[in-house]
Amino acid sequence: MLEKILLLFCLSSALAENLCRPDASNGYKVRLSIKRALGDEAYVWNQDEMFLFRATLAFAMRNHLSGQDFQVSNILVCDETPRVSFWFIVTSPLDATRPVGKEDVEEAIRKSRSRINSAFLLTDQTLEFIGIIPTLAAPVSPDTPPWLIVFGVVMGSVGAGIIVLLVYPVVHKRLKKDEEEEELEEEEGEEETRRVKTMENGAAGDGAHNLSFTDDERFTQM
Amino acid sequence: MAETADSGVKERAKWDNKAQYLLTSIGFAVGLGNVWRFPYLCQIYGGGAFLIPYLIALVFQGLPLLYLELAVGQRFRVGSIGVWKSISPLLGGVGIASMIVSFLVCIFYNTILSWVLWYFFHSFQNPLPWSQCPLNENRTGYNVECEKSTPVNYFWYRETLNISTDIETSGSMHWWLVVCLASAWCVVYICFIKGIESMGKAVYVTATFPYLVLTIFLIRATTLPGATDGLMYLFTPKWEILKNPQVWLDAATQIFFSLSVAFGGLISFSSYNPAKNNCERDAVIVGVINSATSIYASIPIFSILGFKATNVYNSCRMENILDLTNHFELAEQNITLENYDQWFDHLNSTYPDQVASLKLRPCDLQKFLDQSASGTGLAFIVFTEAVIEMPGSQVWAVLFFIMLFSLGLSSMFGNIEGILTPINDLKLLPNWIPHEVKTAIICMICFLTALLFTLSSGNYWVEVFNGYVGSVPLLIIAFFEIIGVVYVHGMKNFSDDIYFMTGSRPNIYWKACWMVISPLMLLVVFVAYVVVQAQKHPTYPTWNPNYDEFPETKVIPYPDWVFGIIILLCVVPVTSIPLVALYRLIRRVRSPDRGDLNNYCNEGFEIETQEQNNRRT
Repeated sequence: MLEKILLLFCLSSALAENLCRPDASNGYKVRLSIKRALGDEAYVWNQDEMFLFRATLAFAMRNHLSGQDFQVSNILVCDETPRVSFWFIVTSPLDATRPVGKEDVEEAIRKSRSRINSAFLLTDQTLEFIGIIPTLAAPVSPDTPPWLIVFGVVMGSVGAGIIVLLVYPVVHKRLKKDEEEEELEEEEGEEETRRVKTMENGAAGDGAHNLSFTDDERFTQM
Repeated sequence: MAETADSGVKERAKWDNKAQYLLTSIGFAVGLGNVWRFPYLCQIYGGGAFLIPYLIALVFQGLPLLYLELAVGQRFRVGSIGVWKSISPLLGGVGIASMIVSFLVCIFYNTILSWVLWYFFHSFQNPLPWSQCPLNENRTGYNVECEKSTPVNYFWYRETLNISTDIETSGSMHWWLVVCLASAWCVVYICFIKGIESMGKAVYVTATFPYLVLTIFLIRATTLPGATDGLMYLFTPKWEILKNPQVWLDAATQIFFSLSVAFGGLISFSSYNPAKNNCERDAVIVGVINSATSIYASIPIFSILGFKATNVYNSCRMENILDLTNHFELAEQNITLENYDQWFDHLNSTYPDQVASLKLRPCDLQKFLDQSASGTGLAFIVFTEAVIEMPGSQVWAVLFFIMLFSLGLSSMFGNIEGILTPINDLKLLPNWIPHEVKTAIICMICFLTALLFTLSSGNYWVEVFNGYVGSVPLLIIAFFEIIGVVYVHGMKNFSDDIYFMTGSRPNIYWKACWMVISPLMLLVVFVAYVVVQAQKHPTYPTWNPNYDEFPETKVIPYPDWVFGIIILLCVVPVTSIPLVALYRLIRRVRSPDRGDLNNYCNEGFEIETQEQNNRRT
């Protein structure tokens, strides 16, 4: 009895080892580039990290195929290299000899990709599942294209400048004309009082009053 | 101050101070070509060795022509048409030719500025829009056209120009380009609204700002990794290239077009000077500063190109390193950029088949440095790509495009002046229209004509105009200018004019250049240029995504009707020279005693009689 159990055990573990091999039909290759991602803060890849990986993958399988209790022992890993790359295969929790289909594994990994990445502080490019293409992030497109905003600012100021430069001289001239008319009226008023004053002289009041000596600014506009 | 509005006699406008005049002339001469044409020529023609033909051309052709134009403008105190009519009515066509060339150059030059504005507006985003490819429709991957070429190329050819596959496919007008073109013309208008009053103030900024930006770039660029490779590549002289006559031809044409002579703008600018002004010193200053700017600009440009080439080289090698590491399952960062060569040799000797199967890209720094570009390719493709990899990309992009815009804007002032002043002199538009409205009409006509360049084939048309309008006609006009002044007006009269203006007669160097060397050089350059162009049917590169070797540009010949238009562009501006001469000869033959060909017909009296007429009515 004991021998039979031992034989079964050896057989199953042998089978399990046979299940996981490079280019297995139901397996995937994983490649990690820890130093590229983290530089000086890179952690060393050891068996504990491998345990975390198997646990994360078991979580991903549970997430996808709800109801099936995947354990760490269902994730078989082999062919580890110094590159930090290895092959893995997922076996069903109900039968350790039967691998789970490739599509299910792919779907599970796709669903939980960001969780797997963050468990290792890596990204889609540095934690690669060879054969599973990461979905691309949707581009951020604001409602108003930013260039229109800058354009609006620039053209607004240019347009305002044009209007100011065109309108200002016209308004300035009109204001000056009004001032001139007012001053002319004042001058005439002064003239009358002066005429009244110098009626005795007579000569000073006759003739046109020469305005050119009164206000210089009005005429020499240079 | 400008014209006095109260009195009836219109005084000629004048500069507020000498600095405005010098800055305007320097701004006109220093343009986009100094930044994106000269460094390219320097690079392909043997680096430091190119400076020799360039400086020889400057001394014997550029400076004499410049001095000549400034002197006649200052002496006769009218725009280009008036000057040539005063020298001899038979030469009146030279001024008209200048005006037509200025108009044609105006329209495509401002289109280039509108593209600069487009890039400037887009530089305020993070990340820069030309740094990544957009996704395709079903979001599974990147846009195919962008993947095959580069995001920078895609942004230029597709998102900016939306270019068609050849010049015959016109496509439709693109609203974003029309909007940018309208903005560019509005900016030109606001600077020109009050004539040289407003322009003179604008040049304080537009002429000096590029130097500030170039200095900032110089400091930044020389600290970038790989800058020294670029600089060494640029300035290492290759003396044997001087034996190639094409080098001398290109140096002469570069100096000529760089100084912006024969446009009529310089004549107009110097006509606003006081009568006694040392134009000899002005000419030398403008000419020397123009060439110095070209050389100064090539330093940061080439530092940045060296930085870009080094980056491409390093990323090429990093790709190879990654491929090797992945394939041979080596530990990360065992192979580094430093020991790449040893590892490669080791792996290649032990596993040659496997290494060959990886198809590694050959990475050659020289080849990447050789990928030079000039013109719009340099600014909108090569430089924008380099800017992405500099830290703080947005700042550098904004600075670069503002610099390009000011360089182009100050050159536009000269071009517009070359159109406006002859129109005022010819009195094509009645006098009661205010100056601002006349300027607006000219800008509107130019804008409407330039809408051609907003079509899908617009970029191809800009290249046609750029290559042919600004070349042959200018050479012919300059030749007639120099012959007109030296032989029709007479060297003695001209020497007297210069004595009156500067207080000393021109020395033997100037006389020798004007009488013999410069006309000869112009003739040789013109003939050589035409011969070189005529040897083959002109071709142009097209952007065709369906081409087999895409993203290489497909080079196809111009269709015949475009070739006809090219010939027209070269010939029509200069036809006015013989036409006007013929017209005047016929009039002289018909009515010999009218005496309108003599030098006694002074416009000054005409104005007074007009004024008297006005007073009477």
